[in-house]
Amino acid sequence: MSTPGPNDHDVPAESRVNYLNASYGIRSWLLTTDHKRIALLYLASITLMFFVGGAFAVLMRIHLIEPQGALVEPETYNKLFTMHGVVMIFFFLIPSIPATLGNFLVPMMIGARDLAFPKLNLLSWYIFIVGAIFTLYAAVTGGIDTGWTFYTPYSSTYAHTQVVPVALGVFITGFSSILTGLNFVVTIHKMRAPGLTWFRLPLFIWAIYATSIIFILGTPVLAITIFLLGLERLLHVGIFDPAIGGDPLLFQHMFWFYSHPAVYIMILPGMGVMSELITCFSKKRIFGYSFVGFSSMAIAVISFLVWGHHMFVTGQSIYAGLIFSVLSFLVAIPSAVKVFNWTATLYKGSISYQAPMLYALGFIGLFTMGGLTGLFLASLATDVHLNGTYFIVAHFHYIMVGGAVMAYLGGIHFWWPKITGRLYPDGWARFAALIIFVGFNLTFFPQFMMGYLGMPRRYAVYPAEFQVLNVMSSAGASILGIGYLIPLVYFIWSMRYGPVAGPNPWGAKGLEWETPSPPPTENFEEIPVVTEEAYDYANPHPGVARG
Amino acid sequence: MTTPILIQESPVADLAAHTAHPAGFAHQFEDMDQQHAAGNLGMWVFLITEIMFFGGLFAGYIIYRALYLPAFERGSRLLNVNLGATNTVVLIASSLTMALAIHAAQAGKSKGTIIFYLVLTMILGATFLGVKFIFEWRRDYLEALVPGINFVVRPEEWGPMASHVQMFFCFYFFMTGLHALHMIVGIGILTVLIIMAARGRFSDEYYFPLEVSGLYWHFVDIVWIFLFPLLYLIGGTYAMKGGR
Repeated sequence: MSTPGPNDHDVPAESRVNYLNASYGIRSWLLTTDHKRIALLYLASITLMFFVGGAFAVLMRIHLIEPQGALVEPETYNKLFTMHGVVMIFFFLIPSIPATLGNFLVPMMIGARDLAFPKLNLLSWYIFIVGAIFTLYAAVTGGIDTGWTFYTPYSSTYAHTQVVPVALGVFITGFSSILTGLNFVVTIHKMRAPGLTWFRLPLFIWAIYATSIIFILGTPVLAITIFLLGLERLLHVGIFDPAIGGDPLLFQHMFWFYSHPAVYIMILPGMGVMSELITCFSKKRIFGYSFVGFSSMAIAVISFLVWGHHMFVTGQSIYAGLIFSVLSFLVAIPSAVKVFNWTATLYKGSISYQAPMLYALGFIGLFTMGGLTGLFLASLATDVHLNGTYFIVAHFHYIMVGGAVMAYLGGIHFWWPKITGRLYPDGWARFAALIIFVGFNLTFFPQFMMGYLGMPRRYAVYPAEFQVLNVMSSAGASILGIGYLIPLVYFIWSMRYGPVAGPNPWGAKGLEWETPSPPPTENFEEIPVVTEEAYDYANPHPGVARG
Repeated sequence: MTTPILIQESPVADLAAHTAHPAGFAHQFEDMDQQHAAGNLGMWVFLITEIMFFGGLFAGYIIYRALYLPAFERGSRLLNVNLGATNTVVLIASSLTMALAIHAAQAGKSKGTIIFYLVLTMILGATFLGVKFIFEWRRDYLEALVPGINFVVRPEEWGPMASHVQMFFCFYFFMTGLHALHMIVGIGILTVLIIMAARGRFSDEYYFPLEVSGLYWHFVDIVWIFLFPLLYLIGGTYAMKGGR
């Protein structure tokens, strides 16, 4: 499978004190301030939420096998797609990479002993859990049927479902994001190891930094918007209420001011993971380091100026639509820069196709498709035809599942030996990656066609001529579901039975690979001094000066 | 498996291993300067999130004020400018005492001096809230001006845009309510600071929690500095009295 790394001290991981065996007992986990343990707490919680959100999707896909609906009442169907969206977006995709891999890796990659505010970090997790409890409570006591976007006036006035608990859950969880982003920004600014200048940082850190900026600037706006929505629902009067002159469209503006940048919260960290995977498995320095780094920042900045493209058909002024359209095209440029640079990095690299690399290559293809179909939707005229159809659903899932989830799984596979000190069975991992890729495309490619042919999203029934495409999609979803269960099994298996990984099983560059696996609680025996650029794979020696 | 006693060997124990460091030093930092810089930046970043949080409300206010200016002016005239102005003075004074508390610590004054200024800040903050709750909100309630609870639209009194006056009061209560919530949090922070000061934790070398809390306190004041004119002064009450 993989040879132990050169620096392995020939001691089994168990006999050395590391962050996993430094203390035992449930309290030592629930009261921990160690960023690595908090990352694992997040990993467990968001994995749970992923399968909860996935279960809603499974029910939907079963229902849509038949044109008249095979499983549930239309009202229930409305709740299913709403809960799927709310859980997946706010409780899986947004925290996914930042809260797990980000928490684990940011201090290790910059050569620090922990995040700047460890207690705040633990608080973030508890806030997340409280928000999740409110949302799950709503799910089991009647659900919510507004769509994950909570559009007023339906959500504020007419819906008879659990809007307030879900809104509260999303509101609360937002503060978990805000505090995580704050922690990352301060840590990256103030706690880099000696010699680790901004332009020597791994690109994952640049991506996490850009994401944190969006957390900080965007999430509070969502918080106040959801807060106002909740108040309006409770008091039966509020600033989106047409009866007193309020404009429901203001809600959409404020909601998308956050929620469009939020899609970059979901994809930017994945792009950061990509830069790590592509360089490691082609054993080359990244092509155009500063372009990739700055493109993350450019995406973060431009993402705040494009929210109006969600509102092309709401009657906003044609000139506003024009400007939002142009700006939306603009955001494609830094995304394309990244794709071209990853591809150029592969060129003449010594590529090996281990499981993380399969996810990375899958990402490039699927993200490109998702990104290019986004341009259809950024064009005013084509958007009028495609808006509100399955085309949107397919586009969104190509970016979020084909992009963000692929990168997340690739990242988990890549750093799993560091996190647990154990290797997973590579054959099974490659098999699962393949299954996921096939299942994903079978699920969502037909949805592009449905949408182009005019099948609207969010309907419990559909005309019979769409049945073939819907059955294909449902079949793909079942393959995809199996693909997601396989890693769950072998990851759990590997924690006990996997071969010992050694500090650096992939021969990767970066400070996190310079310390034992699993790392000691304080991460580094002594803080490293960095002497080289990131991804200097031409130089086989670790780029740190000892002592 | 669950042996909570072993928690003594957890990362928490690392804190104990670093007791050689000055008071308040956290183990994840290399030195006290780094800790100060991180804490300061953390608070500034937090204040940025607060600006965005209030910003959503301010943006909504701007839009509706532009749409319904006469209604907003009419609503503004129903507020008590004198009480609002008094509270503005009270808050600015509390910012001064907060700054004096920090200065006292920096200058190495006795803990009694620090506590004196902190308590004064707290009293001024509580005064602000008292005026707000007892004199303003209670009167609004009695006059049936609280949206969602007992608001009564008075078309004959307020003229053509009467129904939109309620929008003004939505903003009034949301904005001042959110601000009051921040004041209450601020008073909680002051309580912690007073306890820390009483235990002699602050000195001319370690006054950092005071400094960071001061940033928060001043921020909440500044929000009020914006709220006061936007809510109380747009109706031109004084100009009206001058016979407009």
